[in-house]
Amino acid sequence: MHHALRGAAFGLAIAAGFASPLAAKTLVYCSEGSPEGFNPAFFTAGTTFDATSRQVFDKLVQFERGTTKIVPGLAESWSVSEEGLEYTFKLRKGVKFHTSKTFKPTRDFNAQDIIFTFERQWKSDNPYHTVSGGAYEYFNSMDMPKLLKSIEAVDDYTVKITLNEPEAPFLANLAMDFMSVQSAEYADQMAKAGTQTKVDQEPIGTGPFQFVGYQKDAVIRYRANEAYWGGKAPIDTLVFSITPDASVRYAKLKAGECHVMAYPNPADLAAMKTDPTINLMSQEGLNVGYLAFNTEKAPFTDVKVRQALSMAVNRDAIIEAVYQGAGKKAKNPIPPTIWSYNDKVEDTKYDPEAARKLLADAGFPNGFETDLWAMPVQRPYNPNARRMAEMVQADWAKIGVKVKIVSYEWGEYLRRTKDGEHQTMLMGWTGDNGDPDNFLYVLLGCEAVGSANRARFCYQPFNELLIKAKRTPDVAERTKFYEQAQVVFKEQAPWLTVAHSVVYEPIRKEVKNYKIDPFGGHIFYGVDIN
Amino acid sequence: MFRFFLTRFSLIIPTFIGVTLLTFALIRLVPGDPVELMAGERGISPERHAELRAAMGLDKPLLVQYGDYILNVVQGDLGNSVVTRTPVLDEFMTLFPATIELSVCAILFAMIVGLPLGILAAVKRGSIFDHSLMGISLTGYSMPIFWWALLLILLFSVNLGWTPVSGRISVMYWVEPVTNFMLIDALLSDEEGAFSSALSHLILPAIVLGTVPLAVIARMTRSSMLEVLGEDYIRTARAKGLAPLRVVAQHALRNALIPVVTVIGLQVGVLFAGAILTETIFAWPGIGKWLIESVARRDYPVLQGGVLLVAAVIMIVNLLVDLTYGVLNPRIRHGGH
Repeated sequence: MHHALRGAAFGLAIAAGFASPLAAKTLVYCSEGSPEGFNPAFFTAGTTFDATSRQVFDKLVQFERGTTKIVPGLAESWSVSEEGLEYTFKLRKGVKFHTSKTFKPTRDFNAQDIIFTFERQWKSDNPYHTVSGGAYEYFNSMDMPKLLKSIEAVDDYTVKITLNEPEAPFLANLAMDFMSVQSAEYADQMAKAGTQTKVDQEPIGTGPFQFVGYQKDAVIRYRANEAYWGGKAPIDTLVFSITPDASVRYAKLKAGECHVMAYPNPADLAAMKTDPTINLMSQEGLNVGYLAFNTEKAPFTDVKVRQALSMAVNRDAIIEAVYQGAGKKAKNPIPPTIWSYNDKVEDTKYDPEAARKLLADAGFPNGFETDLWAMPVQRPYNPNARRMAEMVQADWAKIGVKVKIVSYEWGEYLRRTKDGEHQTMLMGWTGDNGDPDNFLYVLLGCEAVGSANRARFCYQPFNELLIKAKRTPDVAERTKFYEQAQVVFKEQAPWLTVAHSVVYEPIRKEVKNYKIDPFGGHIFYGVDIN
Repeated sequence: MFRFFLTRFSLIIPTFIGVTLLTFALIRLVPGDPVELMAGERGISPERHAELRAAMGLDKPLLVQYGDYILNVVQGDLGNSVVTRTPVLDEFMTLFPATIELSVCAILFAMIVGLPLGILAAVKRGSIFDHSLMGISLTGYSMPIFWWALLLILLFSVNLGWTPVSGRISVMYWVEPVTNFMLIDALLSDEEGAFSSALSHLILPAIVLGTVPLAVIARMTRSSMLEVLGEDYIRTARAKGLAPLRVVAQHALRNALIPVVTVIGLQVGVLFAGAILTETIFAWPGIGKWLIESVARRDYPVLQGGVLLVAAVIMIVNLLVDLTYGVLNPRIRHGGH
C-alpha cells in the first residue's frame, strides 16, 4: 500500500508537470520476456534469473558485478581444507530478509537459511522438496547431488560443506543463480499457514531489491531494500516492463519509456550507435559458437580430416555475414574473458590449398560426402546457423567435400545430436559460472559424451588434464592445466571454434554505472539515473 | 423455444470432444519435447529425462494420457503449466480480460469509423471520396499487422510522442488487479490519471487490431447501403419529399444494417487471430502471446487448456447469437417448419 501511494504521488507529480527533486528515482528496464516463476532454483532461463536471483536474492559467494570474479556474498570469508573436500564459510552478521505483506522476519539471516537452501533442492525428505512441482534442474545438472556429502551448521554463523571428491569449480557453482539463499523462517511460516507455494511466488530474499508485485506478462515491480548490507541501491524503484518484440523495445527506449533494454535487433545497432540519447554498450559475451565433428564417426575419427576441414572454413567471412560484425573470431573453446584463456595458442589459418593437401594425406584426395547439422533457432552464440551452414558448405565444396545440410525442430535437434546421429554440426554454449571447467569439462570431457559433449570427444590426455584441474583448489596450478588443455584441444581439433559473439546493451544516456554482465544477465544494483 | 435450446446445446458436446482431440493430437504431432527444450545445450541424462517426463505424465500411452486429460477437464482441472507450474485456468482468467478489453475496443473503433464512412461512400457513390475510400479500405484490409503497428508506433509514439509505445498502463501506476480489466481496475484504484493512462495505452493497439474489421465493415456497409438505396420504398420515400438525411438514416440504414451486423459477428474470429500479433507487438498481456509461447515451449497443458477455453468462449458466443436469432426470427426457432 505504502508503495502504491508513492507510485500515485509520483504519477501525480508527473501529470501536474512538476517533478520535485525529492521524487523517487525509478528505473525502467524493458525485458524480453516473462519470468517462468520467482524461485530461481526451479529454472534455467536468464530471463527468470534477471527477475529473481539477480535483484532479489544473494548467494554465499557472488560474482563481482561486470566480471566473473568470485567475491564474498552472504559469506564474509571462506576456507578450503588442504585436500579440497571441506569448505567452511563464515557468514555475514546482521543481514535482514525483506519484509512483505505476508512475512515479517523475526531474526537475521543465519546458517539455518543456508541449510534450507541446500536441503530443499538436495534432500527428497525435506518438506519443501516437492512444493511447486520440485524439479531443481540446475542443481541436478551441475551434479550437486553427486558432489555433496554433508552440510552442517557449526554455529549460527559458520557453515561447513563436505564434498565426496575434490571439485575446484564448486565455489563458482555456489555463486550461481540456483544457489540463491532463501529464508528458512519464511518457509516455516508459510508451511504453518498451509500456503507453501507463496515462497515461490512472492520471493523473500536478502538482495538489494525487494519484490513488490508481478502482473503476468506485463510488469514486475521492485523497491530498493533500505537495509541492504551492501548499502541501499541508488535507485528507489525498479520496474521490468515486459516487451517481447525487439523493435518495440527500441521504440520504448527512444521514447523514454524505458532506460535499459534487453537484446537489440542486430539490424538496429547502426542506428543506435548514432542516436544521441542512447549509449550503446558492448562486450564480448561469455560464449562460444562452434562446429563439432562427431569424433566417433569415420572419417572424423582421423585428426587430419578434422584439421583439414577446419582449415577450409573462412571464418572471417562468416563473422562478417552471420554475426554482422558482432562477433570475434574464436581460437580457443573458452572465451578470452575467462581466466586461463591461452592466448599463446596459434589459431587455425584459413588455407584451402593446405587443407586439400592434408585431406589427400588422410586418404581423401577427392573429398567425401558428409552432413552438417544446423540449429533451427537463433541463439546468443549464433544468430543464424542456417546461413553459417551454407557458408561452410560452400567452403568445403572447394576442397571436394560435399555437404548435406540437416535441420530439425530445436528439441528434436538437441535430442538427436546428443545421441550422436550427426557427422558434423553447429552448436554453441553460454557459460554458467565463469569457470573454465564449465566449458572444457562440460562440453569436451569424457563423462559428457551422450549429453553436452556433442563432438563425442573422449581423449584421455586431454581429459586427465581437466580432472587434475578439478582436483586442485589452487588457481595458479589450475590455470596451467587449462592452458595445456587448450593446446591439446587445438591439436586434436574436435571442434572448429567459430566465434564469440559480442553482447550489445543499449541504455539511455541518463543511466549511470551500468555494467554489462558477462553471464548475459541484467543487474541493477549500483546503477543510477541522472 | 426450450427444444430449440436443447438441440443447440447438444451440438456443443461433439464440438467440445472434437476440439480436445484436435489440440491434444496436433501438439503431439509436432516434434519436440518439453524436457529436451528445458535442458537446452547442456543435454540431460536419460534417467533424469525419463524422470521428468514421468513427472509431467508424458510417459504413459497417448490414449491413457488423453483419457486422464478428459477426466480432469470434466472435473474442471485443466492442469498446471509445465513452465510456470501454476494452474492453466488461473493464468487464463488473469490474461483473458486483457484480450477482451483490446478486442472490444478494436471492434468499437472499427464500427464507429467504419459505419459512417461506408454510408457516406454509398450516398456519394462514384465520387472521388467513394473511390479513394474504397481504395484505402482495400489497403487496410491487406495491411500486414506487424508493419502497420511499427509504423504507427514510430510516428505517434516515438516521433510525435502522443501515445505510449506499449503496455497497458504507465509503469508509474501500480493498479491492484480486481477484475483484470485495466480500464475498470484503473477507475477503482483512485489513482489520479490512471484511467486516462490506461485509455491512452489502448489507442494504438485498438487501431491496429481494428484496421481489418474496419475495412470489412466499411465495404460491407457501402454495398449493403447501395442495395437498399436502390429499393422501391426508398424511391417512394424520396418521392414523398422526405429530407435526404431522413431517408438515409431512417429508411435505408436500418435495413442495410442487418447483413453488416452479421459480418461484425463474424469478425470475432478475425479479432482473436489478429490479437496474437497485436499483443506481441504492443506487449499486451493477453492470451494470444500466452498461447504462442506455449507452442514454442511445448507447454502441452497451457496449449490444450487455452485452446479449449477459447473454443468454449466462441461456442458460448455462437450459442447466444443463435438464440438471439431464434428470439428475433420465428422461422429459425421452429427449424424451418
